[in-house]
Amino acid sequence: MADAMKIRAKLQGDMADVKVLMFHPMETGLRKDPVTGDVIPLHFIQRVVATHNGKTVMDAQWSQAVSKNPFINFHIRGAKPGDKVAVNWEDNKGEKASIETTLS
Amino acid sequence: MRTQLQSKNMGTPLATKESPPKKPTRRNFLRTLVFASAYTATFVAAWLRPIQLLAAEWNKVAFDAKVLADAVKSIGGTSAIESDQILLKAPEIAENGAIVPVEITSKIPGTQTIYIVADKNPQPLVAIFDIAAGLEPFIATRIKMGESSKVRVLVKAAGKFYVATQEVKVTIGGCGG
Repeated sequence: MADAMKIRAKLQGDMADVKVLMFHPMETGLRKDPVTGDVIPLHFIQRVVATHNGKTVMDAQWSQAVSKNPFINFHIRGAKPGDKVAVNWEDNKGEKASIETTLS
Repeated sequence: MRTQLQSKNMGTPLATKESPPKKPTRRNFLRTLVFASAYTATFVAAWLRPIQLLAAEWNKVAFDAKVLADAVKSIGGTSAIESDQILLKAPEIAENGAIVPVEITSKIPGTQTIYIVADKNPQPLVAIFDIAAGLEPFIATRIKMGESSKVRVLVKAAGKFYVATQEVKVTIGGCGG
């Protein structure tokens, strides 16, 4: 998926301010299809891992109660230009996506 | 067992009757064998499980919990101490329960994990963030809330739990539809 997520990282001194937007329905399994009336099955991102130069800095587990098209913002310490920041996610159906950016 | 039986069936000869000792027949031997192998299998499974868990599996038990107390208990935070060192920013009134911005900063040294809980959600535990070395104990995200309730943030630091809460009034719930 080319547009499964967006990442923006800004260096502020030696801290990287990272903002990530993921495009995902985050279905709660409680919603019904307005046309057919069928329950829309659970479909949500369960796992989000952020790395800094390949080293895990954040390992998150999510429920279906994170908003649709999830947004996260976090700060990495000890960052410098040229460093790579990557974010990976995996949902309850085993779908995966990842994105990487280089700090400048 | 024996004493229970006796007290329940007072006066009946049921408890006093001994079953005849099992003869070493082929059937008995096979039965023992089946039980023994089932027993062993259980132990092996129990022994293997922690190894799989090392890969930090998604905490199904905690996320499936339907009430606040169970969710908090399953993450081990029942005895969390109220702390003003957790800065929790959430709106007092959220017009749309589907998008409630939450911002957390923990000033507690050694913050390892940040948990976000919405007290009255169908499944109260919303998210778990493990903070590794190199990450500031700060997380901003957006969550869904089914109805007005407290947003509860638990922080695990040096093995201890701390908690901060904020009431959020939700005008339109964000779980069903």
